[in-house]
Amino acid sequence: MTPATPEPALRKTLTEETFFLNLGPQHPSTHGVLRLLLRLDGERIVTCQPVLGYSHRGHEHMAQNRTYLQFMPNPPRMDYLAGLMYNHAYCLAVERACGLEVPPRAIHIRLICAELNRISSHLLWFGAYLMDLGAFTPFLYAFDDREDILAILGEATGSRLTYSYCRFGGVARDINQAFIDGVRAFIPKMRARLKDYDTLVTKNIIFVNRTKGVGVISRERAKAHALTGPCLRASGTAFDIRKAEPYGFYPQFDFDIPVLTGGDCFDRYMIRLLEIEQSLRIVEQALNRLPAGPVKAEGVPQFITPPSGQYHFSYETARGHLGIFLVSDGSRVPYRMKWRVPSLSNLSILPVLLPGTLVADTIAILGSIDVVMPEIDR
Amino acid sequence: MMQAAWNSLNAFFGPVALTLMVGLLLALGWVQVNALFLVWLERKVAGHIQLRIGPKEVGPFGLLQTVVDGVKLLAKELITPSAVSWPLFVLSPVLVFAPVLVAFVVIPFGEEFQIRDLNVGVMLVFAFGGLGVLAILMGGWASNNKYALLGAIRSVAQNVAYEIPLLLSAMAVVLMAGSLSFQKIVEAQAGVWFVFYQPVAALLYLVGATAETNRAPFDIPEAESELVAGFHTEYSGMRFALFFLAEYSNMFIVASVATALFFGGWRGPFLPGPWWFLLKVYLLIFGVIWVRWTFPRLRFDQLMNFSWKYLIPIGVANLVVTAVVLKFTR
Repeated sequence: MTPATPEPALRKTLTEETFFLNLGPQHPSTHGVLRLLLRLDGERIVTCQPVLGYSHRGHEHMAQNRTYLQFMPNPPRMDYLAGLMYNHAYCLAVERACGLEVPPRAIHIRLICAELNRISSHLLWFGAYLMDLGAFTPFLYAFDDREDILAILGEATGSRLTYSYCRFGGVARDINQAFIDGVRAFIPKMRARLKDYDTLVTKNIIFVNRTKGVGVISRERAKAHALTGPCLRASGTAFDIRKAEPYGFYPQFDFDIPVLTGGDCFDRYMIRLLEIEQSLRIVEQALNRLPAGPVKAEGVPQFITPPSGQYHFSYETARGHLGIFLVSDGSRVPYRMKWRVPSLSNLSILPVLLPGTLVADTIAILGSIDVVMPEIDR
Repeated sequence: MMQAAWNSLNAFFGPVALTLMVGLLLALGWVQVNALFLVWLERKVAGHIQLRIGPKEVGPFGLLQTVVDGVKLLAKELITPSAVSWPLFVLSPVLVFAPVLVAFVVIPFGEEFQIRDLNVGVMLVFAFGGLGVLAILMGGWASNNKYALLGAIRSVAQNVAYEIPLLLSAMAVVLMAGSLSFQKIVEAQAGVWFVFYQPVAALLYLVGATAETNRAPFDIPEAESELVAGFHTEYSGMRFALFFLAEYSNMFIVASVATALFFGGWRGPFLPGPWWFLLKVYLLIFGVIWVRWTFPRLRFDQLMNFSWKYLIPIGVANLVVTAVVLKFTR
């Protein structure tokens, strides 16, 4: 994964039988601006080299030039599909560093919103993946469900995609009855829809043939490439930050970490649908035991300043393990903030996985990994 | 006046050439109208399948939407990339149309509604249908684009593989009717439609025809998510529109042939023949549209395996069984 363009070197490796295909950065199925340099033998991939950095905006550098609060709108713009989770993770990281206590009502609200965000991210992935495989209709079904979530979250947060709802010590404003009613109506609807997806997609013979046994990642290889999130759990390792290093009130909730052992595209698809079910369970429980009280801690200073030192915080986003490494020198501005994003390590498996597969499989495998390029490029 | 003009034209060209010319002109007009209607139908049906309502702004029920789109395509600049092999590049969209027009000559819209009833009608349609793939190969190769080339390669392999089951299923019907003429085949279905005698052949034909017209789930030559736009990636404006038009006209042709071969052609109670014919054709096309918006796309090798391992053996077996049964029952 060299950032410099490796084309000339790659061209030298071409033989009579192979040719070179530049897939992306503008291509219908690279989901943003990923560029793949493929060497093809007919339709079979010989080598694959991802080129990154097309949407680099320097978020980490920006963090070093503004106060903690001023950096608040940036994290959701790294992974725009799981914006609220990034916002949540950033707040949690800074709160941990400062030792801020958050009121229980705010923690519940955050968990509800984060899990809804996870569902919406998985739904978008579901739709886009099926579109990659040539089925257009599930895309619009998924967007219909996602629209419900965006409306609900819009009601509470005031935005639809890049949320800055969580604040240090709580959330920006309390939720209202319309939000609660919206979520209560959404849960049974989504459960019914999951059954529809099963009959429309999961049992479809063409879909099964396209994904079963394609892009198999073994348990060891998944670990070697530091895969996290659904990609890791589809390969047979039950690892989820929400269970391993819990934050919020996750330990108090009754939910499972779905694990499948196939490691192929189908299992990576299945695991996300199963996670939607689990997220619905969490949302339902959190709503049932939503305590009364304030939604923001008292006496949060205007310029929040973690004591000097190094802090690390882990978070489970829709794509996997998000790590925030924060170095504070005791000033109002972070000294260094490093974001370990799940998509980058998940993408690193691609050059190993692709050789020997067909062009159509490339799209199926790339889609199943669920990369969000702005998160990688930051 | 009209009669006099007709007579003089008749005297000049002779009756055969004249009916052919008038018929081709009518076919050319029909191709346009049909494509406009089909594109609208496809978008409307797709819309309702996908929880949307489809086009609705331009004209009643959005009927004029495709007309407006056509005008837009007409007005667009024809971009020819610098490194193309231009005679082939320019010829390809024109050539893709030839089989469509030829096939229209023998389509039996009604007992009297047919440009010419040739005694090799079925063969003519399939023979010229094979030309379409040549145009696609030319376009894809001449574009000097890797996606287009991959699309063209896939298209050739796919068309070769799927023409065989198509022909095998048609041959079973031809054996039963004892003729290659479309009128004779329709006449032979006066009692029972051939779809009831030949359900396997009908199914084979419909699957093969879907693949032959590059429709989903067999649309791998233009697989959008893999090959951008497949063989017509480099085509813009009216040249692209011609490919588009040909696709929908091809759908009409294969559905017409299916109607004539398996579904009794123009036969039906109450309504005059052509109405029945069009009704059946559009019902079949509706089915094809429905399939497209429901299924994902097959992978290339799976597609080839499906034809060579299942469709063709079944087609051959069906043909042999048909021949043997006919031999002992007639």
